[in-house]
Amino acid sequence: MSDKLISSESDWTFEIVERFEQELGRLADEYRLDTYPNQLEIISSEQMMDAYAFTGLPVNYTHWSFGKHFIATEQNYRHGQMGLAYEMVINSNPCISYLMEENTLTMQALVIAHAAFGHNSFFKGNYLFRTWTNAEDIVDYMVFARDYVSDCERRHGEIAVEQVLDACHALMNYGVDSCRRPQHRSAASERERQQAREVEFESRFNDLWRTLPREAARDGREPPLRFPAESQENLLYFIEKQAPHLDAWQRELVRIVRKVAQYFYPQRQTKVMNEGWATFWHYTLLNRMFEDGLVSPGFMLEFLESHTGVTFQPGFEDRRYRGINPYALGFAMMRDIQRICMHPDAEDKAWFPDIAGSDWITTLDFAMRNFKDESFIAQYLSPKLIRHFRLFTVLDDDKRDTLAVTAIHDDAGYAEVRRQLAQQYAASTYTPDIQVHRADLRGDRSLTLRHTRHQRRPLANGADEVLRHAALLWGRDVRLEEVDTEGTVLNTRLVKTAVENAA
Amino acid sequence: MATTQLIDRRLNGRHKSAQNRQRFIRRYKEQIKQAIAESIAGRSITDVASGGEVRIPRRDIAEPEFRYGNGGWRHGVHPGNREFVAGDTIKRPEGGGEGQGSEASDSGEGEDDFTFTLTRDEFMDLFFEDLALPNLQKTRVQSLVEEESVRAGHTHDGVPSNIDIVRSLTGALARRTALRGPLRAELVELEDRLNICTDAQERAALRADIEALEKRIGMVPFLDEFDLRYRNRVTRPKPCTQAVMFCLMDVSGSMDEQRKDIAKRFFMLLYHFLHNTYEHIQVVFIRHHTAAQEVDEQEFFQSRDTGGTLVSTALDLMDRIIAARYPREDWNIYAAQASDGDNWPMDSTRCRELLVERVLPAVRYYAYVQIVASQEQQLWAEYDSVRATHPHFVMQKIAERSDIYPVFRQLMRKTTS
Repeated sequence: MSDKLISSESDWTFEIVERFEQELGRLADEYRLDTYPNQLEIISSEQMMDAYAFTGLPVNYTHWSFGKHFIATEQNYRHGQMGLAYEMVINSNPCISYLMEENTLTMQALVIAHAAFGHNSFFKGNYLFRTWTNAEDIVDYMVFARDYVSDCERRHGEIAVEQVLDACHALMNYGVDSCRRPQHRSAASERERQQAREVEFESRFNDLWRTLPREAARDGREPPLRFPAESQENLLYFIEKQAPHLDAWQRELVRIVRKVAQYFYPQRQTKVMNEGWATFWHYTLLNRMFEDGLVSPGFMLEFLESHTGVTFQPGFEDRRYRGINPYALGFAMMRDIQRICMHPDAEDKAWFPDIAGSDWITTLDFAMRNFKDESFIAQYLSPKLIRHFRLFTVLDDDKRDTLAVTAIHDDAGYAEVRRQLAQQYAASTYTPDIQVHRADLRGDRSLTLRHTRHQRRPLANGADEVLRHAALLWGRDVRLEEVDTEGTVLNTRLVKTAVENAA
Repeated sequence: MATTQLIDRRLNGRHKSAQNRQRFIRRYKEQIKQAIAESIAGRSITDVASGGEVRIPRRDIAEPEFRYGNGGWRHGVHPGNREFVAGDTIKRPEGGGEGQGSEASDSGEGEDDFTFTLTRDEFMDLFFEDLALPNLQKTRVQSLVEEESVRAGHTHDGVPSNIDIVRSLTGALARRTALRGPLRAELVELEDRLNICTDAQERAALRADIEALEKRIGMVPFLDEFDLRYRNRVTRPKPCTQAVMFCLMDVSGSMDEQRKDIAKRFFMLLYHFLHNTYEHIQVVFIRHHTAAQEVDEQEFFQSRDTGGTLVSTALDLMDRIIAARYPREDWNIYAAQASDGDNWPMDSTRCRELLVERVLPAVRYYAYVQIVASQEQQLWAEYDSVRATHPHFVMQKIAERSDIYPVFRQLMRKTTS
């Protein structure tokens, strides 16, 4: 074998890991991957379980749900029902990637290529991450959040804090503005803002207000204004700003959960792209290393075994089928775009006239930066891949006795399959559309949420409990109306609060 | 390329999640206690301290969120088509499996239980809590060790009554010798020179030197604080090697499952005390109705007989087993007896006699519980008279689990004082 071989051992050492990182970095530069600086951390499997439990953040506040997560992971791992993921990477600057000490050298190289260059460049380049997350400050912010929560526990008691956090977690999927660009704040300014809020809150208190005579009852001639004038999709934000009874510290807790939700928001929407991109790059980079004689055939065999395992897609009849594997789909699409650029055939030229024959590095880079799963699939899924996966669409309508196959991998079906697959990754498919419809701030102060049914799909039973959590934060009655797309109210759920009416 | 850092974090804290885990256990204490109660029914007395797996229903610990329920319509895209063409219809799978793919995957593995392992300490904490043990006692119970005071050389400080006089004086002598020796040698030399010296001025100087030297010698104290040696004593765990625990239980018809469960906890608690004190413990199970027999644990708790009750047969059997297998000088003998109080009237007097004459002299501790206070039986009265004269005999009526602990209060006081 070549004398350029980095190592023929299967065990890693710090020197060899560094050497791999340098070689991979050199190749990544060649492919014009733009990354945050890397911070590779060697950790034990127990620490990996901690990282799991913290939902992929290096620091997090204290909450029982993370304990539950940890116990479940630990139990599965101890019983051998589950291996730990080989990698975990944090969208931060510098970009933190965890390398488990138990990994072989090949696995470490794979993880570095996948996480430290693949995911890292995706975090830095993709528009969702650029817009909704703040890689510079997330670690500092979480340190602030952890300290703030533990400070609140000291001042107000664990139970009181837990109640607020539980309630916020229940609404966590509704803590993001999906259309408005959030403004970034540094962790330091977050801290200042929090203190200012507290000072302001206290200074606003004036006992004299209590002595003012109550406003005379309105004569009802003024038309009642709906507040908010437009429906608000960010429930947590609305609660943070408008809930009539929350203390300053409770509002701050709402904000913390909201910030965390916002940080994870892009990840849910780019699962296929993000994993596909990282998998494409570990595949490309390690193959280049092999071609350059830097790694041995044995190394490649071990790598390929792991790679094929990750990108395996069982068919729908297979016992192992759990839906579409984002690694498989994403990797296949990235490779396919590369193929269309480098070796387009007539079909590709007809379907993708813009990119067929273009420079693949530029094209892939553009795709990575400007799409999310939904739009990425709508834009780039090719007939060739639809045939490769033998995709077909099934309509499940509760008004029909049977399921219906609506499109398959043939000329008549490509466009429909692609449209439906893209739709499957749309936010509305997994998160019911629930918005703040009305807050009666001048009357009984009740809050009305509205669920607009998507494709006639109703809410599951847990909704009442979520509503109770919302009522705890709001402090007054909360109702949830389900409406159809025409705005007709189908049913209403109401949670009354025990709070005495102050008036 | 920006600079890369490679950091070894393996030595950093490993138990970042410990606090969250505790929070989880606190939050679901009631469910976990319930699970422990169920697991106790299935575990052996000698397993009480081994921690263990508990299961709680997954739906109890679910975190709620807004989700889609069944209904409406949706398209699913699936891979691996073989024979379908557009327009085909498929029978709906049983249980709506396909239609709710996303929901099932959101809630984890479905409706099965959430299983996890409690550490030994966590298990014992919850177990004790159920038995209403005072907090202070919990920690003591965990380290129920008898200590003894043993000599351990000498120290430089202590109380005057511990001064070792011979040691101290020997030390003082050595010190005096060491400090005076060189001075004495110098003195002898100076005196020799004085004896042969003739010059008056020089003699005066020598005399002054000798005088100064004698003064210095005289200043070396006879006994310095430095010389004092005190006898040192340390306490260390007393080596207790082996113990045998007798479990006596009435298995006549009136002992139902619930009473047996209380009895089992009673035996478990005693076992746990002993477990922390002795390296080896043997447990002897004796069950009785009108006749007593030695059985294994399973039979002890499970079998049930009908008929009358003769408690004395069990005591008699215990006495014979002690004589045959557990000589008093080698074994620490403990006994725990559970009964519902029924006994043949004539037998109770015999029980008292057996206890006082044969059993109590042999055992370190004898605990009797009468489960569910039925009307006072003769056995209770007879036992009550034993209590007055034998401090290591305790008895208690138990209606609930929390009544069990007081039985052992004295045992713990004894071993922790």
